[in-house]
Amino acid sequence: MIDSLKRRWAECPSYILALFLAVTPAWAVQPDEMLADPVLESRAREISRDIRCPVCQGETIDDSNAPISRDLRLIIRERLVAGDTDAEVVDYIVARYGEGVLFNPPAEGANLALWLAGPALLLAGVAVALAAGRRRVASDVALSPEEETRLKEILKE
Amino acid sequence: MIVELGHFALILALMVALVQSTLPLWGAHRGDARLMALAGPAALVQLVLVAGAFAALTWAFVVSDFSLAVVVSNSHTLKPMLYKVSGVWGNHEGSLLLWVLILAVYGAAVAAFGGNLPVKLKARVLAVQGLIGVAFLLFLLLTSNPFWRLAMPPLDGQDLNPLLQDPGLAFHPPFLYLGYVGLSMAFSFAVAALIEGRVDAAWGRWVRPWTLAAWVFLTIGIALGSWWAYYELGWGGFWFWDPVENASFMPWLLAAALLHSSIVVEKRESLKAWTILLAIMAFGFSLIGTFIVRSGVITSVHAFANDPERGVFILMILAFFTGGALILFALRAGSMEARGVFSLVSRESALVANNILLTVAAFVVFIGTIWPLVGSMLLGRDLSVGEPFFNAAFSPFMVALALVLPPGAMLAWKRGDIGRSLRGLIPVMVLAVALGALAFAMQTGRTALGPVGLMLGAWVGFGAMADIWARTGRDGVGARFARLFRLPRADWGKATAHFGLGVTIFAVSAMMSWKIEDIRVVQEGETFPLGRYEVRLDKVEEVQGPNYTSTMGFMTVTRNGAVVAVLNPEKRIYPVAQMPTTEAAIDYGFVRDIYLVLGDRQKSGGWAVRSYVEPFANWLWGGCIIMALGGVLSLSDRRYRVAAGARRVPAGVPAE
Repeated sequence: MIDSLKRRWAECPSYILALFLAVTPAWAVQPDEMLADPVLESRAREISRDIRCPVCQGETIDDSNAPISRDLRLIIRERLVAGDTDAEVVDYIVARYGEGVLFNPPAEGANLALWLAGPALLLAGVAVALAAGRRRVASDVALSPEEETRLKEILKE
Repeated sequence: MIVELGHFALILALMVALVQSTLPLWGAHRGDARLMALAGPAALVQLVLVAGAFAALTWAFVVSDFSLAVVVSNSHTLKPMLYKVSGVWGNHEGSLLLWVLILAVYGAAVAAFGGNLPVKLKARVLAVQGLIGVAFLLFLLLTSNPFWRLAMPPLDGQDLNPLLQDPGLAFHPPFLYLGYVGLSMAFSFAVAALIEGRVDAAWGRWVRPWTLAAWVFLTIGIALGSWWAYYELGWGGFWFWDPVENASFMPWLLAAALLHSSIVVEKRESLKAWTILLAIMAFGFSLIGTFIVRSGVITSVHAFANDPERGVFILMILAFFTGGALILFALRAGSMEARGVFSLVSRESALVANNILLTVAAFVVFIGTIWPLVGSMLLGRDLSVGEPFFNAAFSPFMVALALVLPPGAMLAWKRGDIGRSLRGLIPVMVLAVALGALAFAMQTGRTALGPVGLMLGAWVGFGAMADIWARTGRDGVGARFARLFRLPRADWGKATAHFGLGVTIFAVSAMMSWKIEDIRVVQEGETFPLGRYEVRLDKVEEVQGPNYTSTMGFMTVTRNGAVVAVLNPEKRIYPVAQMPTTEAAIDYGFVRDIYLVLGDRQKSGGWAVRSYVEPFANWLWGGCIIMALGGVLSLSDRRYRVAAGARRVPAGVPAE
């Protein structure tokens, strides 16, 4: 497991590493890319906030200044102008760049584990806490069978 | 010579740590007072040695000793002195040395001020602390030696990453480390208690100040980092759900949970096993954080200074300490019997709810952070997880936490009356809903986030005020005011920290929903509208800085013709590091920041300009500072300073 990681790291070309260092000054969306129609433009922005820049894992194409991010931003706008719905635009990009560009993994298949982990743990936590609480109260209040018999004896006497 | 002395001191520190981690433990087992007594002096000597090594490295940076590899790759003769010094920890080796130094400081603090601890517990705590020291000193000396000399020293260095040459960031790592490493104290106390097989109210009281201090440092460290990202990265974002940010956020959430659960241990002798487990997890997550940052396993924008070889070493440290502690926990948890019982409606239950929500939230952050790794290793898929996921999956737990906080904080211990605490909060509820409705009516867009955030923030913030007011009893207003200032500092700390959380909740949602953004090409001399303001780009000039050249915009912000601010956004180039940076210009205001960024010169003439109005940005950092202040107030409470009381007087409320 670690080896494959190392390999991944070693394979990462140095220009990409350089990108990590260089990406941070944000040029991101440029004025010349933007659409004149504010509604389409805001839809484009919404979409591009959920798409990862393919060469700089930590950033959205909305924030990134990598050339490929600019290309993607232009593609999104092209598709929107062509009349695609938001979902169609996203599908178009996923079909070409893979599901890895989605910052918001759809809640289906294996990704269900990701989405349901929190709620599942919450339920488990509540259940354990309630059970522990009941046990605590029970051990404090209820009498053991021996105590019950002893109590009855005392009451009879 | 000084460098060699530093190197030597570090090796000696490892030897001392070996002694500190073994003999006192054996002594505590055998009841040998002489061996146990070794722990204190060993911890102090270790601090002296590590501090000496740190001073030697600092000296090498200050005089620019380019025979040292770290100095070459992270410094430069022309760099301002502040950044020469902060360059000491602005790199992998130096930052680990800082880690070890802080560890030694904490160990020495227990040795020096832990006079009231039982001898055995103190010896064991210091031994565990020493063992962590051994692991990290080995790591430092074997994989990341900061004292590595070069055979052929170059004439000048390669400069520190210009992004890191910033006052906010100079102090961000030390604070974070004070927090991360502070959680090692909670861990050491937890493991010592497991070895001892005993957890009581006094233990809760001893462990709480350390957790509180760690949490305060983490709060400040995270706020500094977020502030830095806000003004330095140039798009006014303050949180990116970046793996490295998450790495500091998870310990913060767990430290907050631990802080609250150790109150229950201290006051009610309940939740013992859970608290121990939390202490182990909190430090475990600090180690995971170190692993994520230092290994580069999960790629992030923070990818300075990392290396997989080192990652494996940290993974081994992580496995040893959390694994070992969890095994110990499994063996011993049964012996920790709860004494205090409580009903379903009680302060204890409210704190359990707090703990569940915070822990689940931390877990959601964790799974979101490692999911890309799971995807590539187990599923063979390339997956990403980012802000949209965290907004959807993490926020609900915070909303729930904010909802239960005010009534929960006002419930009585053991058996509370939910109706009564809610009745006390009716004015707060009315106020919060009214403010939310007002915001909804006033805002231009139709987002629910802003108004709901305001409502929640007001509920938590004013709820904290109602809480402390309720503590003053039922007499006349004058008498209650007089009493207000005689309340214990811990009460004030609690109310202050909760108030700060309310402010932060509001600021986060305000910034997320009411931000104004404008991107356009602007000619020199041109004016454009930005929200209620007008912005004019007067001119753009080349300016020479101390170790960079700058393209500087001169911009004037006006409102109805009156000048609000004159701002100079810059684009800098650091020739040594061959790296461009943007320096946003910000006019800080109480209810809004005006945030201007200068982009590239356009082929068609003019400049790309990005402008933002960031609502309530200062409230975000302010809220964090208020939270930290609450922690400090709590720490300064007499009851902790004389924690000796915990030994002499049976502490806490009697169980039944």
